[in-house]
Amino acid sequence: MVKREVVGAHYGLIDWLYQRVTALVMVAYTLVLFGVLVANPGMDYSAWRAVFANVPFKLLTFVFLLAVFLHAWIGVRDIFMDYLKPVSLRLTAEILAALALVFYTGWAIHILWGIK
Amino acid sequence: MSALDPSVTRPRPKHLNLVKIKQPLPAIVSILHRASGAAMFLFGIPLLLVLTNASLASPETYASLKEILGSPLVKLILLGFGWAYLHHFCAGIRFLLLDLHWGVGLQAARQSSRAVLIVSLALTVILGVRLW
Repeated sequence: MVKREVVGAHYGLIDWLYQRVTALVMVAYTLVLFGVLVANPGMDYSAWRAVFANVPFKLLTFVFLLAVFLHAWIGVRDIFMDYLKPVSLRLTAEILAALALVFYTGWAIHILWGIK
Repeated sequence: MSALDPSVTRPRPKHLNLVKIKQPLPAIVSILHRASGAAMFLFGIPLLLVLTNASLASPETYASLKEILGSPLVKLILLGFGWAYLHHFCAGIRFLLLDLHWGVGLQAARQSSRAVLIVSLALTVILGVRLW
């Protein structure tokens, strides 16, 4: 049985963990992308396109972007909780941020799987 | 108990004036982490998606992107976001290490804050040299 209390503790622990795991995913992807750029200096369009047309790299890029969006969600939510005290204002800001990130997720899919 | 002991009570500031008090180095790194994160959420993520899209959509959009990136002003803006990413990156690694109870002493925390500021600025300079 799920027993949640308004004043209960530890609900933030999973967010804390997501924040750290997504950070490590971003560090790993940053290093991989850096390696790709160093190994292929001066890429033209077709070479650059080929990097992202490669399915494993495309999926890796998608996982990176999802990590960015989830990390950003937890981060901006923390900022809103710190500075936006009226509940109506905070809820509005959180809904707008969440909608933006869902929009970005769709956009990322459109970009990555639209590569011709 | 000690809080009620008159011998340890001393006058405390009633208002913390952020402009008047001297911010310690770890506080500066922390607030820059938050500011860079907020800037990347508001502008960095949409910019990243616009750039990625333009670079991949077609040879024409790739060529026009390359032309736009030739402008010094655009390079400066990109460098600003480059710094935001690199500072957030370095400060984030510092926070992860603090989570592992690494470098939590006052002296170590000050030194690692200084290292975060210096390393992220140095990497930004390298990025700037590569951009120009």
